[in-house]
Amino acid sequence: MSLFLIAALPFLGALFPALLIRAGRNAAAASAGFTTFLAFVGLLLNAPAVLRGEVIQARLDWLPGLGLNTNFFLDGLGLLFAGLILGIGLLIILYARFYLSREDPMGQFYTYLLLFQGAMVGIVLSDNILLLLVFWELTSLSSFLLIGYWKHLPEGRQGARMALAVTGSGGLAMIAGMLILGHIVGSYDLTVILQHKELIQASPLYLPALILILIGAFTKSAQFPFHFWLPHAMAAPTPVSAYLHSATMVKAGLFLMARMWPVLAGTPEWFYIVATTGLITMVLGAVIALFKDDLKALLAFSTVSHLGLITMLLGFGTKIAAVAAVFHIINHATFKAALFMSAGIIDHETHTRDIKRLGGLRFLMPITFTIALIACLSMAGLPPFNGFLSKEMMLEEAFHTSWMGSPYFIPGLAVFAALFSAAYSFRYIVHVFLGPKRHDYPAHPHDPGTGLWLAPAFLVFLVIAIGIGSNHIVGPLVSVAAGAVIGGELPYFSLKLWHGFTPALWMSLAAVTGGLLLLWLHPRLSKMWNAAPRPEAKVIFDSLLGTLTRASRGVTDALHNGSITRYSAIMVAFTIAISLYAYQSGVASEATRAVQQAGALPVIGWICLVSATGFIVLNHRNRLLALVLIGVVGLIVSLSFNYLSAPDLALTQISVEVVTIILMLLALNFLPKETPVESPLAIRARDAVIAIVAGTGVGGLIYALMTRDFSAPSISEFHLANSYKGGGGTNVVNVILVDFRGYDTFGEIIVLGIAALVIYALTEAILGSKVRAYLLNRKPDSPQDGDPHPLMMVVATRVMMPLALMVAAYIFFRGHNLPGGGFIAGLIAAIAMLMQYMASGFSWAAERQKVYYHGIIGSGVLIAAATGMGAWLAGQPFLTSAFGYLHWAPLEEFEWATAALFDLGVFLAVVGAVMLTLESLARLAWQPGMNSEHAMDINPARDDAAKLKEEV
Amino acid sequence: MEILFASAVGVLTAAGIYLILRKRTFPVILGLSLLSYAVNVFLFATGRLMINAPPVLNKYAEVAYTDPLPQALVLTAIVISFGMTAVVVMIALGAYLSAKDDHIDMIEDADGAGDDA
Repeated sequence: MSLFLIAALPFLGALFPALLIRAGRNAAAASAGFTTFLAFVGLLLNAPAVLRGEVIQARLDWLPGLGLNTNFFLDGLGLLFAGLILGIGLLIILYARFYLSREDPMGQFYTYLLLFQGAMVGIVLSDNILLLLVFWELTSLSSFLLIGYWKHLPEGRQGARMALAVTGSGGLAMIAGMLILGHIVGSYDLTVILQHKELIQASPLYLPALILILIGAFTKSAQFPFHFWLPHAMAAPTPVSAYLHSATMVKAGLFLMARMWPVLAGTPEWFYIVATTGLITMVLGAVIALFKDDLKALLAFSTVSHLGLITMLLGFGTKIAAVAAVFHIINHATFKAALFMSAGIIDHETHTRDIKRLGGLRFLMPITFTIALIACLSMAGLPPFNGFLSKEMMLEEAFHTSWMGSPYFIPGLAVFAALFSAAYSFRYIVHVFLGPKRHDYPAHPHDPGTGLWLAPAFLVFLVIAIGIGSNHIVGPLVSVAAGAVIGGELPYFSLKLWHGFTPALWMSLAAVTGGLLLLWLHPRLSKMWNAAPRPEAKVIFDSLLGTLTRASRGVTDALHNGSITRYSAIMVAFTIAISLYAYQSGVASEATRAVQQAGALPVIGWICLVSATGFIVLNHRNRLLALVLIGVVGLIVSLSFNYLSAPDLALTQISVEVVTIILMLLALNFLPKETPVESPLAIRARDAVIAIVAGTGVGGLIYALMTRDFSAPSISEFHLANSYKGGGGTNVVNVILVDFRGYDTFGEIIVLGIAALVIYALTEAILGSKVRAYLLNRKPDSPQDGDPHPLMMVVATRVMMPLALMVAAYIFFRGHNLPGGGFIAGLIAAIAMLMQYMASGFSWAAERQKVYYHGIIGSGVLIAAATGMGAWLAGQPFLTSAFGYLHWAPLEEFEWATAALFDLGVFLAVVGAVMLTLESLARLAWQPGMNSEHAMDINPARDDAAKLKEEV
Repeated sequence: MEILFASAVGVLTAAGIYLILRKRTFPVILGLSLLSYAVNVFLFATGRLMINAPPVLNKYAEVAYTDPLPQALVLTAIVISFGMTAVVVMIALGAYLSAKDDHIDMIEDADGAGDDA
């Protein structure tokens, strides 16, 4: 099966549980299990080749310019991890089906679980570090959803947030590290990076990259001092803990260290950072675990400790230590997942996880006891289970490693940790299962149904099988996986129980004996432990977070006091400042264009514009007057466009002007008609200074621009030259809109449609709130017309309607060759309809409006898109236009162009958007009793005589 | 003519900015409209000013054409600025109808707003 498919399957499968939950919980679980099983089978099909030593690759360029490619590869390490993720995933899906209660939304659970699974598989199969980072962040996000799955529990929410904060920020550090690494090598492909050990280790950026990447790995794998999130994440449902926190997510950090081992390991920096961190974590986790009374907390700290162990082995940097690390990853996943599941079973059946309230369960839950016993003995490192084998290898390696010149430091602490590890493992057995049967369990305990114990039972079967027949069962897998980590010749190793009387055996023996002794001393030690002051990670974390939050809120509040006026002023002032700097430091060339003589017309226009603008500023408190004057400004702008050879712009501007003024009039209907004086004179003077400086700057800039020639040849020449030949139209502006830059126009009409829909949605929101009552009972705040629908106006607008639409059609069709086009025609058609609303009233017009404006917008966008896609049929890129000429006697020859169809889409979108906008605003003004029976008071078609008679 | 044009752009910009710095919604909307005119006209003028040279190809004679590219750009900008103005107007209206207040600043509420964040 293709690696793409294996990586994609969990994501595709994530859809099903959420949908199938309606068909029942079994259907949801089965769908999740089935996709996981498929992916697992797909992986196994590739396994023989990988075990032969091949590396399977699948490559797809995504954004080669950025070095981001969808490249996957499967080598021994990937196979091991993907196998763990998918295999244990299957068991977890089975277990969770019986673990979750009826109240839990199971569809959601499996969807989150599969998302997480997909992200994990993505990490271990990625052959591109940028792709890997994407999946890495996805695991943080999906694990956040899983840990916080029980949304009603505050611990769950807090634990999820803490996990996300820690692993997420670690991920950020790792992004930086990976980018540095890619920069050193010049490629982001993992297989390429892995071949440049010397280059990377010789680079001065090696240490920063190493530290940043390790922060990412350490946070993910809960290494000291980032270990504290893992125990808090135990608020998650047990299947999540078993999956994320024993077999997969926390191993992602280990995976990364193993993956990068060939290029990053082997230096003193690597040894001292990684091995020391691992050692501290191992000791600390083991000690704390012994004193935890919550079963899951005990297991969580034990996981921290074992992760430390593996980290330390990877940190040693020797080949045989890497083999041991890989082997322990397998062993830990099997026994720890089984233990988490057994803790879940105990919790499920006795309703408590508190060791102090348990004991004597061996009689009541014999199956669970057997499972937990085997898994615990393996964790304690007793033969013949698999934990013994890898722990022996670890002790052997520790024995041969000296730290800062001291040969005793690492072996001593390793034995110390192993001793505590044995002790908490024994405690799990002795304090929970052994001892007398009690009568005060919160619920009557008994063994669960097969569904719950089957998955852990299978895992402990593996624990025994690997322990006894390790060379046959996992030997080949360990070889290829370790081979991938080392990236070279494998050292000789033998996975067997008896190696003779080695130092490791004596160390192991000491640990087990000491462990038993510790357990015997546990009650007394526990009292001392509880009395001793210890730093509480959660308190530190919360206060740190609280300080950061307060600091950022302080900065934000200082910068943002809620005054938009202030923001605008600062923005303008800042722009002025950087423009001044640019003006000071830049060099302006000499003016090259002569200033043109202005005739009388421009001077008159200038006087109108400037005086209108001045009046607006002076009289802006009288809002209606200001609005009328804005109309004057718009008109002059439109006339200037016409004068300065831009007929299309003139047409657009004047029609937009009409709808804008109508829009503002509609709004002003509701707003106060006057603006009171609020700002003191000083503020107004300050604003005037800012405005005048900015205005002078803009005016000066455009003057400088207009009196100089283009510094480089303009691309406009191309458009002028190709408009007719390539686009089939002589109106170059229109050809640019519908052809050369058709894609931009397509975006424009979508934006316009979205704006109209936003306005519609806002109107709906206003009408849905209590404002509606006010609107319905609102009294006009100024005297109203005697007749809202004057006869002359009604008649005139109705006569003009077909004429206006005719003009719109004319403007539309001539647009390709003469000024006009879809935008302008759309505005004219909208104005034609608006006239009806204004003259005959909203209700009258709305009754006759049979097609929803939303639909018109949508059809416009769809027609434009369909026209664009039509080009695909001819094998051309999106929005390639075509045109030709037809000759039908007795008509003259005329042109057809697909661009006209595109322009039709523009036309419809503009009509729909303008109408929807104004109609939405107008709806606010609707009041009961406004629906006059007849829009026209005198209507010849109406027989009022009968009605009059009745009234008389 | 360039001087007239540039000074008009400057006046429009200055008036627009002055009105944007007012404290009520309606003057700010008017200011935005004036500023849109200024920006559109500015962009248009980057193609340099020409009289009687519309960019409509003449099949029968060799004539000068003005730069069509800024015109196409400004044409869509005019239509989009209508959409923008409409959205701003609607937001202003909704705020006024809900709060009976057309101030654009929220300094009074700053203390209360932080609590439920």
